[in-house]
Amino acid sequence: MFDRSLRLNRRNFLAAGGGLVVALSLPSSPRRAAAQASPGFAPNAFIRIDRQGIATMVMPMAEMGQGIHTAHAMLLAEELDVGLDQVRLELSPASDALYGNPLFGPQSTGGSTSIRAFWMPLRQAGAVARTLLLEAAAQKWGVDPKTCRAESGSVFETSGSRHLAYGQLVDAAGTLPAPAPESVALKDRKDFKIIGKPHRRLDTPGKVNGTTVFGIDTKIPGMKIAAIAISPVFGGKPKSVDEKAALAVRGVHQVVLTDQAVAVVADHMGAAKKGLDAAAIQWDEGPNATVNSADIIRQLKEASKTPGAVARSEGDVEKALAGATRRLEAVYQLPFLAHATMEPMNCTVHVKKDACDVWVGTQVPTMAQTTAAQLTGLPVEAVTIHNHLIGGGFGRRLEVDGIEHAVKVAQQVDGPVKVIWSREEDIQHDMYRPYYYDRLSAGLDASGKLVAWTHRVSGSSVTARYFPAGMQNGVDPDGVEGADQPPYAFPAIHVEFKRVEPPAVPTAWWRGVGATHNIFVVESFIDELAAAAKADPVEFRKALLSHNPRALGVLTLATQKAGWGAPMPQRQGRGVSVQFAFGTYMATVAEVEVGTDGTVKVHRLVCAVDCGLQVNPDTIAAQMEGGCIFGLTAASHGAITLKDGRVEQGNFDTYLPMRMDEVPVVETHFVNSAEAPGGMGEAGTAAVFPALTNAIFAATGKRIRTLPVDTKLLKSI
Amino acid sequence: MTTNIKINGTVHTVDADGDTPLLWVLRDVLGMTGTKFGCGAGLCGACTVHLDGQAVRACQTPIDSVGESSITTIEAIGETPQGKALQQSWIDLDVPQCGYCQSGQIMSAAALLAATPKPTDADIDAAMSGNVCRCGTYQRIRAAIHRATA
Ligand code: FES
Ligand code: FES
Repeated sequence: MFDRSLRLNRRNFLAAGGGLVVALSLPSSPRRAAAQASPGFAPNAFIRIDRQGIATMVMPMAEMGQGIHTAHAMLLAEELDVGLDQVRLELSPASDALYGNPLFGPQSTGGSTSIRAFWMPLRQAGAVARTLLLEAAAQKWGVDPKTCRAESGSVFETSGSRHLAYGQLVDAAGTLPAPAPESVALKDRKDFKIIGKPHRRLDTPGKVNGTTVFGIDTKIPGMKIAAIAISPVFGGKPKSVDEKAALAVRGVHQVVLTDQAVAVVADHMGAAKKGLDAAAIQWDEGPNATVNSADIIRQLKEASKTPGAVARSEGDVEKALAGATRRLEAVYQLPFLAHATMEPMNCTVHVKKDACDVWVGTQVPTMAQTTAAQLTGLPVEAVTIHNHLIGGGFGRRLEVDGIEHAVKVAQQVDGPVKVIWSREEDIQHDMYRPYYYDRLSAGLDASGKLVAWTHRVSGSSVTARYFPAGMQNGVDPDGVEGADQPPYAFPAIHVEFKRVEPPAVPTAWWRGVGATHNIFVVESFIDELAAAAKADPVEFRKALLSHNPRALGVLTLATQKAGWGAPMPQRQGRGVSVQFAFGTYMATVAEVEVGTDGTVKVHRLVCAVDCGLQVNPDTIAAQMEGGCIFGLTAASHGAITLKDGRVEQGNFDTYLPMRMDEVPVVETHFVNSAEAPGGMGEAGTAAVFPALTNAIFAATGKRIRTLPVDTKLLKSI
Repeated sequence: MTTNIKINGTVHTVDADGDTPLLWVLRDVLGMTGTKFGCGAGLCGACTVHLDGQAVRACQTPIDSVGESSITTIEAIGETPQGKALQQSWIDLDVPQCGYCQSGQIMSAAALLAATPKPTDADIDAAMSGNVCRCGTYQRIRAAIHRATA
């Protein structure tokens, strides 16, 4: 079926397996293409249509709950003119060339970028396919393509009665040279049939009947299951194990030692865990056995006293502060946080002499591939990443440490092995959201107007480790995201970043990244200033936002919907936050009640969102709901602490998730907008922290400057 | 030593220690991966199955404790009227995000509806607070349970 003579120039259609493939220099299948395409090329291997007219859409980004597969399929289907009931989704293989994230380069799902990055490329990919199908039909009929139109997977002759289904056109369309993606006409927004209309997620059916296969559900013939124990002290090594005792457990086959861990390989996880217990592992704890939280905080506090790298400096801050009538200073602290994805870390690996297969749910397939290649010494092409739907990412699966551990175990095992982390391993060997120690100062003039603002962030730099080229003269752009470009017009502003790496503790991206940290700090301190100026928190913000209509728009909508200003009973209060992050404007009002014992009950979260053009509105609402609960959970309960070089938390009894009986209802209201789409996966998470603590202030007069909220401070007796 | 366990109407003979949690027998021995591992400690509900119609945590249920009882898992809950209605309302309201917790959520909800056909919000809090959802789908779960009884 595939005819090499059909190979045209780059960007072409080829008949592949009796179908049509939109691709770049594409040979016979996306898998082969992945291996052969030149690096850095724009993505376009997204659509295959077979003779039955089924459109297979290859998803460039990972689905971890954010609904991106449905949204990306909507973009493709809109321009291709097929119904979503005519499409089949497929996960992309590892390939930066074909499926790289245009905003990052590599194939990486993160930073709330998937819509922003693929909004145009996927529509173009769909439009290229549609253009060629129209052309193929026009040629068959001997008419001008302009006299044809596409609809629901068929081409119609506009004035006549003839029509052909896409399935009947794929062979002909496959012989036509494809236009450049940028050259094809995209639909006018007013003609959208799919984009902007709520559409049920395509991945739901398998998630309600147990048929969805996550990485942890991998089944390979001959596969064994391994339980793993990583040195409880960061950086430690296994010293001794009772191998005999482990092997005496029924179903246990093998005990494997790696540089940092011990794994027990068995028929099933029950036996593997029993074997791991029996192995009575002794650890060589190494140099980190005395690391503890108090020392880490002391180190940060000291470091934060001296200047860092300047992220932004405008106006004469010193002078303005010196001339201010009132001057405020504050220190804000945010804890280490674990991701605690619902699907614990796991990875299945089969290392063979000349190939390696990895079954996993990952946000970074190509990084996973490179990692396995480096460890095994195999060429990258010999490593196949079988990606899966992910049972929660939140940034955890932007890291490949779990894949490294699994490959090291699999290198010593004959046949495929699935390495599963216990929840305790998952929490104690996460890579954590950094601990941040922020110093701020600001001045008000006699009329209560803000005259200057300074903010020094001190903490670990994830960028410096993960993407060193992203550092800007010592400033981690993530470390100051939300701090250096607040939505407000400050007459003078000075923002610094001070990189302080904690001993031993690995740090990483966490849902909401820099914005989640800084928006809490900025929006809290703004609230302090409003209180100092005896101004209403909303009015105080509005006065600083007159240049920023979209920020004003969401603030006005959220406060209207929340009934801002209406009186509340004792020990109840409303708190507000405003932000611009991930390309999306948001305002949030939290309504809380603080018991006399200090317990905080959040009654309601009202969110107003201006994320520009919407793809799937109901998914946006779902991301607001989930994002807010994720943030609220952390603000209320989340803290990873260290003692004797070990993480003190282990399971959901010590690292508390919010549960059904605790969560408020999240209301989402939209500001309609025709601006380019913004990111939604993390905005709610960032917004909720200060809305909560500002509401607690309104209810009790107590300012929360250290997270998580310490309810002991809120007792009234 | 083998154990016979009746799961979704079929008796399976399992060769594993009697204290092996049902969760791992389902997932690793029988290959029924719809039931999920979340905490292994009875703290998250991801592994919820029914034992004679009662919601139990499979990670806390040794296989030798099952005896003659019937186990029902997510793979078969759609054959009960409550399970079927819940699955449909879960689809109608787009409840799942990552979906990993949802097998357990539906199993807990199905047991709730079997015992309490018209649950109040307080009933839902009581029955569902053992089930963690890190994606924060709780308000849709609540709405979907109500919808399934409408
Ligand atoms: S895995 Fe059984 S309750 Fe969490
Ligand atoms: S849907 Fe992801 S944990 Fe519940």
